[in-house]
Amino acid sequence: MNCQQAKPLIDPYADGELEAAAILELEQHLQSCSACGIAWRNLRSLKKTLKQDALYFTAPHELRQRIKSELPSPARGVPPWRAWNWNWLTTVMTGATASLALLLAVILTRPSSEQPLAQEIVSSHVRSLMASHMLDVVSTDQHTVKPWFNGKLDFSPPVKNLVEQEFPLIGGRLDYIGGHSVAALIFQRHKHIINLFIWPAKENDSKPAASAPLQGYHVIHWSDAGMTFWTVSDLNEKELMEFVRDFAAAGPVKP
Amino acid sequence: MDERERLELYEQKVLPHLDAAYNLARWLADNDHDAQDVAQEASLRAFRFFGSFRGENARAWLLSIVRNTFYTWLRKNRPAEKLVEIDDETLAVEDGSTGAESANAPFADAEAVRHAIAGLPVEFREIVILREMEGFSYKEIADLAEVPIGTVMSRLARARKLLQKSLTREFNPGDQR
Repeated sequence: MNCQQAKPLIDPYADGELEAAAILELEQHLQSCSACGIAWRNLRSLKKTLKQDALYFTAPHELRQRIKSELPSPARGVPPWRAWNWNWLTTVMTGATASLALLLAVILTRPSSEQPLAQEIVSSHVRSLMASHMLDVVSTDQHTVKPWFNGKLDFSPPVKNLVEQEFPLIGGRLDYIGGHSVAALIFQRHKHIINLFIWPAKENDSKPAASAPLQGYHVIHWSDAGMTFWTVSDLNEKELMEFVRDFAAAGPVKP
Repeated sequence: MDERERLELYEQKVLPHLDAAYNLARWLADNDHDAQDVAQEASLRAFRFFGSFRGENARAWLLSIVRNTFYTWLRKNRPAEKLVEIDDETLAVEDGSTGAESANAPFADAEAVRHAIAGLPVEFREIVILREMEGFSYKEIADLAEVPIGTVMSRLARARKLLQKSLTREFNPGDQR
């Protein structure tokens, strides 16, 4: 390894982000090259410099008080069963794998009446893959897809493109779920197609919950800011959850 | 989730990160008064949007709201403050090697360090705070700041070179190489 190759690796190395394969080679170079060795030690000094406690601003007391005074203060006193239930759930959430926690969440919170809806979602997904009717509007531009729904639906679905997160938008479609017209956005990861169905929510906001897989398809649904979202794909559940997270995180739906 | 549950969860998961929220706001806004406003608004927004919190990393989630709140605030209150157009051409930082025989020791003078950090362009500053003070990984910073990982890495590397340059100058005033 020469200096040219070593230089860009010094920062990731200091941050613990260098891949194992390159570490050994870089360490050998740092020992043999005094210029790079000094650059590395300077960086370590700088990192130490920036981590000193004196640089960290802690929240002033009055800020904490002001925030508390602006939060709603409903009557305290939680029924013991509820407190117990929550604490237990927290332990499970932090301790278990995400999928186990999700599975529990599904078992604990999902009424079985949602199963037929999940089936309808999967059927619609499969239909969209079989027929040539996957896309009504073919565009990777959210500013083309969003207006396309105008006048076709009595609501305006949030449309986002997740190119950077490697879930590019490929288009949109009108669909019919649960007796209503809904928006369907189609995303892609590699060769996998993701359908995201959106319609106005009747229920309160809810966290993403995975339904039991149907015919090999994973289904996740959640509600946020007045919209219900159901997404379905043959992607594995972990990646589909990543998609859900990226979609939710990409510019929160403004009030 | 009813209102009371939401409040309890929020107090349990989000409020413990108020220091981190204020610290980021303080470094971005550059003074206590504005930082308190930004941190307060962000905290209340976080409560309103608590429904969209996916139960993953509450600190990262809160800080992403602080960040968005800050940039909205910046556009409204300091429209004159232009964000630096960051590209490799305009902000080329020369090679960090000083030709020195030995490495610098950590700089203990917090005031001088504070001054050096405050002198960074805001997009660089936030990456430094998130990496060095909050200890987020490149991937977490990329998600939080909504930029590709490559951008996180290049901004971080350049921010560090700028800091080293201004701190070295601070401590060796005669050394204006």
